[in-house]
Amino acid sequence: MQIKIFRSETGTHKSYTLPEGEIPLLNALSYIKETQDASLTFSAGCRASVCGTCAVRVNGREVLACAYKVKPEDIIEPLQYHPVLRDLKVDKHKAKETLQKSTAWMHSAQEASLTHSDEKLSERQTDCILCDSCYSACPVYAVNPDFLGPFALTRAYRYSTDKRESKAKSIIDNIQSNGVWDCTLCGECTAVCPKGIDPKMDITMLRGLSVQEGYQDPSFATQSFGTPDFGGGGFGFDPNAGF
Amino acid sequence: MIDVLIIGSGGAGLTAALSAKNAGASVTVAGKAYPTNSQTSMAQGGMNAALGNVGEDHIRSHIADTIKSAKGLCDEAMVKQMCEEAPGTIAWLERLGVPFSRLDNGETGTQTIAQRQMGGASAKRACYAQDYTGLKILHTLYDTCLKEEINFLDEHYLLNLITEEGRVKGATFLEIRTGEVKQINAKSIVIATGGYGALYHGFTTNAYGSTGDGIAAVLRAGGAVSDMEFIQFHPTALKHSSILVSESARGEGGYLVNEKGERFVDELKPRDEVARAIFSQIQEGQRVFLDVRHLGEEKLMELLPQEVELCKLHEHVDPAKALIPIKPVAHYTMGGIEVDSMLEVNGIKGCFAVGECSNAKVHGANRLGGNSLLEITALGKLAGTNACKYTLDVSDTPADDTQRQKDAQEIETLLSQAEAVNFYPYRERLGNLFYHKVGIVRDNDHLHEAFAEVTAMQESQKEMGIADKSPANNQNLIEFLEFKNALLLAPAIITSAIERDESRGAHFKIGFESENEALKKHSIYHLGKEETCK
Ligand SMILES: Cc1cc2nc3c(=O)[nH]c(=O)nc-3n(C[C@H](O)[C@H](O)[C@H](O)COP(=O)(O)OP(=O)(O)OC[C@H]3O[C@@H](n4cnc5c(N)ncnc54)[C@H](O)[C@@H]3O)c2cc1C
Ligand code: SF4
Ligand code: SF4
Ligand code: FES
Repeated sequence: MQIKIFRSETGTHKSYTLPEGEIPLLNALSYIKETQDASLTFSAGCRASVCGTCAVRVNGREVLACAYKVKPEDIIEPLQYHPVLRDLKVDKHKAKETLQKSTAWMHSAQEASLTHSDEKLSERQTDCILCDSCYSACPVYAVNPDFLGPFALTRAYRYSTDKRESKAKSIIDNIQSNGVWDCTLCGECTAVCPKGIDPKMDITMLRGLSVQEGYQDPSFATQSFGTPDFGGGGFGFDPNAGF
Repeated sequence: MIDVLIIGSGGAGLTAALSAKNAGASVTVAGKAYPTNSQTSMAQGGMNAALGNVGEDHIRSHIADTIKSAKGLCDEAMVKQMCEEAPGTIAWLERLGVPFSRLDNGETGTQTIAQRQMGGASAKRACYAQDYTGLKILHTLYDTCLKEEINFLDEHYLLNLITEEGRVKGATFLEIRTGEVKQINAKSIVIATGGYGALYHGFTTNAYGSTGDGIAAVLRAGGAVSDMEFIQFHPTALKHSSILVSESARGEGGYLVNEKGERFVDELKPRDEVARAIFSQIQEGQRVFLDVRHLGEEKLMELLPQEVELCKLHEHVDPAKALIPIKPVAHYTMGGIEVDSMLEVNGIKGCFAVGECSNAKVHGANRLGGNSLLEITALGKLAGTNACKYTLDVSDTPADDTQRQKDAQEIETLLSQAEAVNFYPYRERLGNLFYHKVGIVRDNDHLHEAFAEVTAMQESQKEMGIADKSPANNQNLIEFLEFKNALLLAPAIITSAIERDESRGAHFKIGFESENEALKKHSIYHLGKEETCK
């Protein structure tokens, strides 16, 4: 079977031949590197979908190379919106910046009485492996590279709902600019997350928490109230929001 | 000059960084990947602490279980210290926000943390977060490091330690992105580069990068390693991919059965015994399976969501409905850098080692499940504080750049030399060789054969090289350097195994099936003089 892989040196896609049979993409990449072309560059770690190292795009969709089974004619490319360092390997340092700006950590811990259902409140969110798939899928980055983005906001949500956090407001304060209101709620992040996380929903929830803390959609302030607007765009209503 | 340089950004490195910083040191963490890529993310089952949340438990039982499993080869004071620290370490992680699984018992704080039983434990002692315990601890530590503004140098590959008169002065790194060889000067160093399970390439649960780089660097710097022959085989890895199915599957009531559907071992025995029982079934031509069907889909999804997915993906098996094909593979390396009770590397002042790369002698001949996450956090703190203390009376004159120049030269040679032999097939062969001849059941004939083959491989290594000649982002080069480290450690493992004519813990040798009191001691290994100078 043939697959095509993006090579940064030439800026083109190169074809490689793999033996027939079902294998994970990561094994295919290793096979190529070991037997055909040692210069093919990609990143990998655990091969068990948990270290977040190996995310790439296949036919325009983000996947974990270690969890995706190769199909004939697949086109393999690096993640979007990340500087390509070489071939499929990208620079993921922006992740750290967005996490840092969102202050997605425990600000001030207090003792709490946690239950099994409290655990469930943010269980999914804490499954995040920082693979950057959602970041690569998010269209906002095409226009706003400073957007805090899906996983940083998911993580902010995870800490802000934690009963052990006594200063959740500090987190909410830090995700207002280039944050919760800049998301278009398109759901691309949710569609690609290999861990079944729903950053779009988390962002919607964070909007709710922001409103409770006295914030409002900044686009609301700039809306024209002169004309009735039932198209869904005015009054800060988004037809996709709130479900 | 920075005070404390941490090398390796897994659970051990991040904990050490946080505690060194907390103790007042300036800290830099250098790692070959990003922190959250570390193997710590893979730990599933849990972390031990005698909280007694589910049933009666005591720190003294935790100590006793650990000592028992160590088969006479642990430092009892160190074990005691670690087990005593455990509840406090859990409380610390709780304050950082680790999302542990919970009980509905109306209590508060750490008393609400759920606990499960792991092999060899006399109580339900392992705190967990579904089957993502390592992931959730690692990420929470990382978040805290960002909060504390810890300085990270990612994609920095440790080449060598720099020492002067038996003191550490810094280390050299290959900056993977640029291909530049850098020197980082530091008053003290904490090595936290993880274990050497990836030597068993293809037959290990470990991540690709667990190639023992830090241990090899200590050997080259004249330090010693110990107990290298003790390698733990995990009874239940997926048959085709060697991906782990956590011990908690058995802890929750999973059975092991052979092709005939017979159970053949008590599943809750320590790992070495269970692994050997499975291995002998396989040798008799039986296929072995893990049966968790009776737990039901709902409970499986609740307790082992990750395994269910991995089974479907890699074995095309739904554990709720079908048997899971398994085999035992290399999982954890008990041996490592020889350190004292301060975690300082014997022979290199100011250099500390912690986590799977270090032999703090808390696991002895056989590690208990759940004690490694405890070791990296409880002792990680100790390493960070001790490294900080050490800097207080140390001069900050940096070392000259002899080592850096030497290393830069070596990298340049690798990049300019023609590749006569592709090393990848050798990496494969080394993994195979180790699994079959330095594996679960050993004998001296095979060990000697393995030694000869490794020596031959070291000889052919001179012919080997890399095909990729680009200095920047050269993963081919990194993998070759990792392979060289694995080849440097290989004889240490084999000779220690040959010398140990007995069976103890994870080391089982035919012809010497019982413990020999005279060998109740640590095996120490260092390189000969000529090799040290390389
Ligand atoms: C599948 C699996 C499941 C496990 N489950 C459990 C469990 O349930 N409970 C338990 O207690 N233990 C468990 N363990 C064991 C435990 O996870 C590890 O022992 C522990 O995480 C090791 O942590 P560490 O920080 O020492 O090393 P690692 O997490 O391996 O980190 C090593 C770090 O060093 C860096 N590094 C390595 N070489 C270099 C170099 N040359 N230059 C620079 N940086 C370098 C790496 O990038 C990484 O950041 C499990 C292990 C595996 C593989
Ligand atoms: S829902 Fe928001 S965060 Fe997610 S991809 Fe769309 S714009 Fe980006
Ligand atoms: S939210 Fe999902 S897609 Fe995004 S980084 Fe986390 S695991 Fe990856
Ligand atoms: S290699 Fe770790 S997620 Fe794919």
